[in-house]
Amino acid sequence: MSSQQIELILSRQLADSLSIPVFLVDTNGTLLFYNEPAEEILGMRYEETGSMPPEEWSTKFQPQSNDGKILDPSELPLVQTLKEKTPSHGEFWIKSMNGEMLKISVTSYPIIGRPSRFLGAVALFWKSSNT
Amino acid sequence: MKIRIWGCRGSLPSPGPEKNIFGGNTSCVQITHNKTCIILDGGSGIQRLGIGIDQSITKIDILLTHLHIDHIMGLGFFQPFYNPNITINIWGPSASKEGLQQRLRRYFSPPIFPVQLKELPSKPNIIEINSSQFEIDDFKITSEYVCHPGPTVGYRLQLGDTVFTYIPDHEPALGASDYPNNPEWTSGYSLAKDADLLIHDAQYKTSEYTSRVGWGHSSFADAVKFAELTKVKKMLLFHHDPLHTDETLKELFAEIYRDQHQKLELELAQEGNIYFLT
Ligand SMILES: [Zn+2]
Ligand SMILES: [Zn+2]
Repeated sequence: MSSQQIELILSRQLADSLSIPVFLVDTNGTLLFYNEPAEEILGMRYEETGSMPPEEWSTKFQPQSNDGKILDPSELPLVQTLKEKTPSHGEFWIKSMNGEMLKISVTSYPIIGRPSRFLGAVALFWKSSNT
Repeated sequence: MKIRIWGCRGSLPSPGPEKNIFGGNTSCVQITHNKTCIILDGGSGIQRLGIGIDQSITKIDILLTHLHIDHIMGLGFFQPFYNPNITINIWGPSASKEGLQQRLRRYFSPPIFPVQLKELPSKPNIIEINSSQFEIDDFKITSEYVCHPGPTVGYRLQLGDTVFTYIPDHEPALGASDYPNNPEWTSGYSLAKDADLLIHDAQYKTSEYTSRVGWGHSSFADAVKFAELTKVKKMLLFHHDPLHTDETLKELFAEIYRDQHQKLELELAQEGNIYFLT
């Protein structure tokens, strides 16, 4: 086994120490880590799910728009960040593993290490007050 | 390969009678093998290395882990730089924006140093690396960014099946909440894994580390945990704190040696010591 790049290791450590929900993925979109506040919103535990391919996390929570239309994964901020390597933001509904419909705001940014090494992305999300 | 320690003090040269055993010069380690001469870091120890260097050597590769002053302060006093007949390559980590050459010029320029980089008769080649793999003669070398303030790499040097890893400034405990239990999420793990010899940061006593978290260095205990996790055969505790006397180092070593579980081969790095890896 080899270790992750230091930028990902430190991103995970930061996420682990925050009380806002954070989601960390590699360049392919594979979910590498999500923290405890994210576990609470998503209704699942990192220890139990481990890492997850993008096809799974981008559809698992049935992301949908205000009018109930299921969103294509390409419309999700984190997927856009991975594609464009730029920050992105959006609001949409998800169905947590507990079956609860939640409106969330998501801000994502790319992890670009020295010198211009694209290594993955982070999404910060929280329950939207604007429901 | 032959490995010689020319400096193993951290942060600041600190000679004196109370440091006679382990030495006061800052980071510098030389590797020789046939005609290959690789120098890890250019701390104050590099001065003596340069004075006595084998005159038949025509090429020198200097691998810098980072540009903190204790790792480059000896460069201007390294005699081979003033010999136009020697080829010198300086390898060092990329930063986000400013090039390695520009950053080295901050040291090689007045008022810090009278001679400019471009005036050095050997006209050194400056080569930037990041998380890279490259070769120097028979050595296969891997560099990777590690947990330490500013762009900092560690090096894994492989000659045949023999592996030597050098991570003089490193705080792996900072980047891992469940340190040292998760290799995939531990800074420097791939560099050190199964190495025959590891030189690793061990600047602080555990009691000192608690007030210096984030400064980029390890306690003796964390260094030993790192060596146990990476399953190295032998580790040299390196980057001694400038305030630690020979007596202090011996006491700390006795404590850590008593407490460690796996009984790995452990030594305090000592200026002048030579190791042969085959
Ligand atoms: Zn140092
Ligand atoms: Zn340093």
